[in-house]
This record gives sequence, C-alpha cells and structure tokens, in this order.
Amino acid sequence: MTRNNPFRFDLDQLKLKALDLRRDIITMLVAAQSGHTGGPMDFADLASALFFHEMVYDPRQPKWPGRDMWFFSMGHVTPIHYSALAEAGFFPLKDLMKFRKLDGQLQGHPSSLDTPGVEVSSGSLGQGLSIAFGAAYGSRMDSHPRRVYALLSDGEHEEGSTWEAIMAAGHYQLDNLCAVVDYNNIQIDGHVEDVMGLAPLGDKYRAFRWHVIEIDGHDMKAVLDAFEEARNTKGKPTVILARTVMGYPVSFMLDKYEWHGKPPKPEEGERALTELGTTYAQWADRLLKN
Amino acid sequence: MPAMKKTREGFGRALLELGQTNPDIVVLVGDLTDSTMVSFFAKEFPERFIEMGVAEQNMMTAAAGLSLVGKIPFLATYGAFATCRCADQIRVTVCYSDLNVKIGGAHGGISVGPDGATHQALEEIAMMRVLPNMKVIVPCDYEETRKATLAAADVWGPVYIRFGREDVPVVTDPSTPFELGRGLTLRDGGDVAIVACGVMVYEALQAAEALAKEGIEARVINIHTVKPIDRPLLTQAAEDCGAVVTAEEHQIHGGLGSAVAEVLVRTCPVPMEFVAVNDRFGQSGKPAELMAAFGLTSTHIIAAARQVLTRKMARSY
Repeated sequence: MTRNNPFRFDLDQLKLKALDLRRDIITMLVAAQSGHTGGPMDFADLASALFFHEMVYDPRQPKWPGRDMWFFSMGHVTPIHYSALAEAGFFPLKDLMKFRKLDGQLQGHPSSLDTPGVEVSSGSLGQGLSIAFGAAYGSRMDSHPRRVYALLSDGEHEEGSTWEAIMAAGHYQLDNLCAVVDYNNIQIDGHVEDVMGLAPLGDKYRAFRWHVIEIDGHDMKAVLDAFEEARNTKGKPTVILARTVMGYPVSFMLDKYEWHGKPPKPEEGERALTELGTTYAQWADRLLKN
Repeated sequence: MPAMKKTREGFGRALLELGQTNPDIVVLVGDLTDSTMVSFFAKEFPERFIEMGVAEQNMMTAAAGLSLVGKIPFLATYGAFATCRCADQIRVTVCYSDLNVKIGGAHGGISVGPDGATHQALEEIAMMRVLPNMKVIVPCDYEETRKATLAAADVWGPVYIRFGREDVPVVTDPSTPFELGRGLTLRDGGDVAIVACGVMVYEALQAAEALAKEGIEARVINIHTVKPIDRPLLTQAAEDCGAVVTAEEHQIHGGLGSAVAEVLVRTCPVPMEFVAVNDRFGQSGKPAELMAAFGLTSTHIIAAARQVLTRKMARSY
C-alpha cells in the first residue's frame, strides 16, 4: 500500500465534506441531547482536510502499521472525531445516532477500547501532545515515515503538562510531529484571554523551538498549505495555530462560549441544520441508512 | 547476617538483559538515571534510552505513545512521583486505554531514609491497585525484582513495579520460581499465616523463626504480585491457619493488607492483623531506625501474630 490519503479530495470536495461533518455533528448531538457543540463545529474544516486529504490510513484496517497517527487531546470535541471516522468508513454512520447512549459504542469522550480509529482514550486535557511526542519519537527510532498529529484546544495550554510536551518535542527536534491548535479563544468559563491569558501563543511556541504557522482555520486552501508546509519543515516540530470561530458557521452559535459544552435542543438543531441546508429528519435518515 | 543487595539493582540489571534480547524495549527516565539504576541500559543502548527531564507527567504519557508504535516502554523515577504526580495520566491514558506501559517506582517505602516523607512512597500500592487493567508487583529482594521486571515485559498492559533504595536481605535465588499473580509459600505452618510483600517478607521469615521457638508454627507467604492477587493461596492459608497477619512497607489503608482482607472476607473470614504504616507520613532518619519507629520489623510482626492468635483462640471457645 502506498502512503496516500485514501480519499485525496480536492478543495471543493473538502468544503462539501466539512459541511457533511457539521450536519453529522448537529444531528448526533440532537439525538444524544448531550455533548459539546461549538468546538466540534469549528474544527470541521481542519478535520475534513486531515481525514480526506492529508493523513495516511486505511479505514478497513485501523491498526495498519503504515498509518499516520492522530490524537484528539481535546477529547470533548469527539463529535467531530466520530463523524470524521464514520464518514471515512471506520464504522457505520448510523452509530453516530447512538452517541453517548448505553447501547452504543461511542462514549461521551473517546475510548480506544470501544471505537476503531481512536488510538488512545482522552477526555482529561493536557495529555495528547505527550502521547503524540512518544509516538513520534518511537516512529523516528524506527525510521518510519509516519506523521503524527496532535489536535489541541487553546484552553488546554493552561495545563502544565502541555508545556512539558512542547519543551520535549522542541528539544528532540521531532519534525514528524505536527500540533494543530483549535484557536477559537473559548473555554467553558469564557474567552480564553479572559480566563487565563494565552497570547502570544506563537511566540511561546517559537521560544520552545517550534516552527509556527498561523492561519485562518476556516480557509481550506490555507489549511492545506499549512499541512504541506509542516510536512516540509525539517529539524523542528510544527504547530499550526488555526484561528477558528466557535460554532462556525451557525449564526446563533458564533463565538458564544455557552455553546462549548451543551447540545442543541431539537428546535435549535433544526435551525442550525436549516442554515446548513438540510433538516434533522433528512440528515438523521441519511445517517441511519448508512 | 544475610547477604544484602539492592532491589533497584535488580530492576537495572533486568532492563539490561531485556535490552539484549528484545529490540522493542525502550527506557525513559526523569532525571534519575543513576539512582534508578537504568544507567546500565543507558550505557549499553543509548539509542533506546530517552532522558525526559524533570517532567514525569510528560514521561508517563510519552511512554503511552511509544507503546502505540510497538515499543515496550519502561519508565523510571521515584515511586512517589511516578504515581501521585502522574495519577491522571496513568488513569486516563495508560489504564483506560490498556497500554503496554511499565512503571518502575524506585525508593518505595519508609526505608528511603534521610530524604524524608516527600520521597518515601507509602501510598502507591493503593493508588495503582485501584486502577482497572493495572498490575502491581512488590518484589522482596534483588533477584525477585529482576524476575518481576522480566515478567513485566512479557505480559501485555500496564504494570507497576515497586522497589527500594537500600540494600535488603537476599531471600530468593535464581532458581526460586516467579510467576506473575502467584504467591510463594516460603515456610509452612498451621497456626498463623504471615502474608508479606517487599522487604517485609524477610521480616516475616525472621518473625516465624522466633515464633517457632515459642511453639507457634507460622506459614509465611510472599505475595509479590499484589494485583492480580493469588486468591486460592490466600484462601487456603486462611482455612488452614485460621488467623492472618499482613506485613507491608506501605500505608495501612489500601495496600497489601486491604487486598488480602478483600479476598478473605468473602472466601474465608478469619481474624486479621495488619503490620503497616499507621496512617501517617514518613520522616527523615536512618532506614533501620525508621523501620523500627514506624512499626515495620519482625518484632512488630511477632506482636501482631500473638494478638491475632488471641483473637483466634477467643473465637474457638
């Protein structure tokens, strides 16, 4: 098997897939009536690029040794992780409708023993970059061409262990490691800058010997270019600081921290899905039939 | 005096052996290369040795990442830091995901000595034992620590191995069997069973010898694997002896004594006494002084045996 993404979607296809992912997220959250909405929605463009263009894997063999690895350190954004895995074919789309339910496999925060495509369970913040560090270090020991992606929230940079990992990755010059920060400036209690000032995050990473790329996380072309630049950067790990807007593009969720940790009520879900060009009945039907 | 040797050296020697036979073995250390004795491995296999600095949480989770790409990571630091400081990393990343991470906890127990309470791990058997998927080994001497380390590499999943700082008496030899999860009866007897782990195994043997002079025959059981614990062996001992004393260099709550009680209360409830640290932090001092001051000697085991025998007698009338 060659080292290619199984889809290699072009720009327009990636935008359409991001729209599908967002419809999945709203639909599964309405069905669950529990879970996180804002972060998963704003990460959809980045996830579309990663799963349908950038990363190397085989959904029919989740443990294929040649695969790239990705770690959602921010376990709570798992609706985007699950929808991307399902859309990529790791498990049936209908499983999304049993998110957070006792008779489903999809835990509220991802569990590696329950869900194919989830490498490590996560949900307690500040651990994913360390895991990615270990996977990247071990891959380099074996001269394995794997790339390792750590998907981080901005808020979890308040965890000290995140900085331990940033320091170690810079020290060991792990250029097969790429961190992506969903920089929506929102956490549960409010805007990140108000809760615990994080800026200038790029300078901080640079001081820890990382290559830093700052982009608009909703600009698909910029996202693809950033991943390519990360791949071509040698001698340093790369962090992509992706500026996103929580809840994007649903009008009544934009930049509202209240949407961090709650699901849409059925009527709110219907409004969101209308903005996304579908209805709950229509999209739930699509999920259940696949 | 018995021959003396460090348990941590058993850990270090075993890693060197493993390095020679298994290319997947990787060792991580948190700025304690010499004192955890991973220096043997570091010298021989520098390309498989990773210095993580004073950042235990990152080290623990990095080990998890290494296990995902097929390595068998052993990490080494003091037990107090490996467990308490990394509790969340061990719980969520290592145990919940059932990853193949081996944790070497050096400087277990009060016998660490002059460094004092911060460095004397007295809670980690309890902390590790409560986590699903985790296995906990508390070997009694150099040779058993060596075997425990080799065994940890052979079994899938998280393992915590606890060993100490000081020279401790040699109890086992290279031919003594070691099987994960199987206790060892080191001395037979039918009056009282003394169940011990770690350095307290030697103290238990000393106590049994003294008790024999009084006509009390004590069975001595070495429970090197606190989890999964050897239920049949313990149940048989309780049935045969009708009284049990546990002995461990650990807090009285949650350690070996609790683990044994959890078994026996369901299979064969008998009077029990616990020799352990009585719900207090350690302090500075010489190792032997501290063992005496904290109630962790053969003398304390003898007293506990007499007490439990009194209760056993009272029951039978």
